[in-house]
Amino acid sequence: MAATHTLSVLVENKPGVLARIAGLFSRRGFNIDSLAVGPTEHAEISRMTIVVNVDESPLEQVTKQLNKLVEVIKIVELDPDASVNRELVLVKVAATAETRGQVLDTVQLFRAKVIDVASDAVTIQLVGNSAKIGDFLRVLEPFGVRELVQSGQVAIGRGSRSISERSLRPVVVPAPPAAG
Amino acid sequence: MSEHMTGAQSLIKSLEAAGAENIFGIPGGAILPAYDPLMDSSIRHILVRHEQGAGHAAQGYASATGKVGVCMATSGPGATNLVTPIADSHMDSVPLVAITGQVGAASIGTDAFQEADIRGITMPITKHNFLVTDPADIPRTVAEAFYIASTGRPGPVLVDVAKSALQSMTTYDWPTELHLPGYRPVTRPHAKQIREAARLILESRRPVLYVGGGTIRSGASKELRQLAELTGMPVVTTLMARGAFPDSHPQHLGMPGMHGTVAAVAGLQRSDLIISLGARFDDRVTGNLDSFAPGAKVIHADIDPAEIGKNRHADVPIVGDVREVIGDLVIALQAEADAGTTGDYEGWVEFLSGVKRTYPLGYDEPTDGGLSPQYVIERLGAIAGEDAIYTSGVGQHQMWAAQFVKYEKPRTWINSGGLGTMGFAVPGAMGAKVGCPDTTVWAIDGDGCFQMTNQELATCAINDIPIKVAIINNESLGMVRQWQTLFYNERYSNTDLHSKRIPDFVKLAEAYGCVGLACDSPSDVDATITKAMEINDVPVVVDFRVHRDAMVWPMVAAGTSNDEIKYARDLAPQFEEDDL
Repeated sequence: MAATHTLSVLVENKPGVLARIAGLFSRRGFNIDSLAVGPTEHAEISRMTIVVNVDESPLEQVTKQLNKLVEVIKIVELDPDASVNRELVLVKVAATAETRGQVLDTVQLFRAKVIDVASDAVTIQLVGNSAKIGDFLRVLEPFGVRELVQSGQVAIGRGSRSISERSLRPVVVPAPPAAG
Repeated sequence: MSEHMTGAQSLIKSLEAAGAENIFGIPGGAILPAYDPLMDSSIRHILVRHEQGAGHAAQGYASATGKVGVCMATSGPGATNLVTPIADSHMDSVPLVAITGQVGAASIGTDAFQEADIRGITMPITKHNFLVTDPADIPRTVAEAFYIASTGRPGPVLVDVAKSALQSMTTYDWPTELHLPGYRPVTRPHAKQIREAARLILESRRPVLYVGGGTIRSGASKELRQLAELTGMPVVTTLMARGAFPDSHPQHLGMPGMHGTVAAVAGLQRSDLIISLGARFDDRVTGNLDSFAPGAKVIHADIDPAEIGKNRHADVPIVGDVREVIGDLVIALQAEADAGTTGDYEGWVEFLSGVKRTYPLGYDEPTDGGLSPQYVIERLGAIAGEDAIYTSGVGQHQMWAAQFVKYEKPRTWINSGGLGTMGFAVPGAMGAKVGCPDTTVWAIDGDGCFQMTNQELATCAINDIPIKVAIINNESLGMVRQWQTLFYNERYSNTDLHSKRIPDFVKLAEAYGCVGLACDSPSDVDATITKAMEINDVPVVVDFRVHRDAMVWPMVAAGTSNDEIKYARDLAPQFEEDDL
């Protein structure tokens, strides 16, 4: 059964890493539902959150293939029950004198935030998991969504454990001796 | 110890430090700065005629010696001509470092003259690749490239160096350690998995050692023989593993797969335990996967965790270097044997010996007195012997060379298995000969393959690399023709090469400064091969003009079950489960 899986991937912060990872997914026939990448608490490491919809066994194969990439340091599949995930949406909604009040009520209800106002529209920011964002957009839809931009999902495990701490121990490989 | 020099000098000094002794390549604009210090280097650079030849030569060198093969090319077309050998190395796990020049850093991305994003192009076909724009990164990058190419599962690494980095002044500083936090190949197998594997081996009644190319890459032939002889288990060697286990050994069933022996195919198909050692359950071995070895449990040992369970479920996965895995299995099973526990495979071995006797490899002689390709290859193997190295192209001649040359030692059979690259034989032989100058190296080639890369004969003749080439000339793209015979109602669309007429291979050989010989009669075969064996100062090319209707048997048609193996056309082997 195909299901949604959230992978946290720690990678070396080097040029071309994103292309390598995206290429690997497409080459092996996997669709990425969402991908977010950004810096971490360590300057030399970036973290990607990749959401894929696949069966268990192809997921294992793609994880193993990802692990073969030299710049991939660690891959963790986040357990949905033991992690939190968030997305960010910016949405520009039509808001006339008559509808503005209702739009603002919706903003209040979802604890969203108005970040820009024009005479006939407002731009709203909402942070939440994908279900909450879906609900929010459904409610806004009748007012007229003029433009929408959404981030990929980011996710982190609950509790005090860190996935990056252990993997940061340097693995030092002796260089081949200089010949001659 | 830092020294001030140009990036180009730093690159050559780094290659020397990494242990490169030979480089196959062609200069051009972007790589030109590196060719200047190369003149003063201890490294021998062999100027090839086409970059593809450089890549395959580096592969042949690496496969024959176990060292990293190095090739070098300029940007753009020079680099893209390396794509085929890089992809080939990726499929067959050949340790290869490809150095390419790139346009100056400021011009990257501007569609400059001879610019191609070779790092982007080769991402899916390299183990890893680098683009170097800062000359200070050159030594560390070269050290990492050699380390990555040669450790873990070997593979190709490309280092693309911007011309501006080669021209700038820099400090040369060979690293004392490498920081590769994401690269940690596991070589030591897990003790628990070894115990579990030993238990399955002792419990099984119909085990087979399924030996793949990883066994040769890891240098595990000695250990493999110990394991086989300790247990008495039958052995099959894949196309990539021919030579890993002696063909003369009574436990050897031969090569499995599409053109494998009936005994090897039946051995896997009817086994109750497959012990896979550095093999990857390739479709050419398994045939239709769903019906492959239906009753077998699988112990799968490989240094690449991604191969384990990829095509076939592994009951006992073992991640590790095959040599260490086999060594540990020998220790575990020896301890059991000392305690009086051994496997009982008597009935199985007897059954397979019967199959082997009933269905030996063979071929029909042409009725018109013409030359049969199998006979030529069989005699070539017998006369050149077990110490020679044999390379091949891809197709019928490759299969016959895998079947009818008897391999006794590892690294004596070098071919393009996974990618199936026609044209591999001549440059591959050139590289092998550079790596092993005192060994006789025969390229067994087809007339189609030969015409894809034969320009490297010039390289061989000029650089004193006296390889020998046997062209199995059936004036066709023989394997394609065989499929047309079998599956396309003998409609021979575009497989006739007319190579007995054009070109004249003897004249072509002579034009390239080689000795050209021809042979079209069975009675001349031995004398022709002997004559070729006696010429050791220049390359020799023999045009064996064979009959064109010979086919490769046995055969499992693509996509069908191994149970459907045909011993010859319309002839299926007969053996019943009751025979077990």
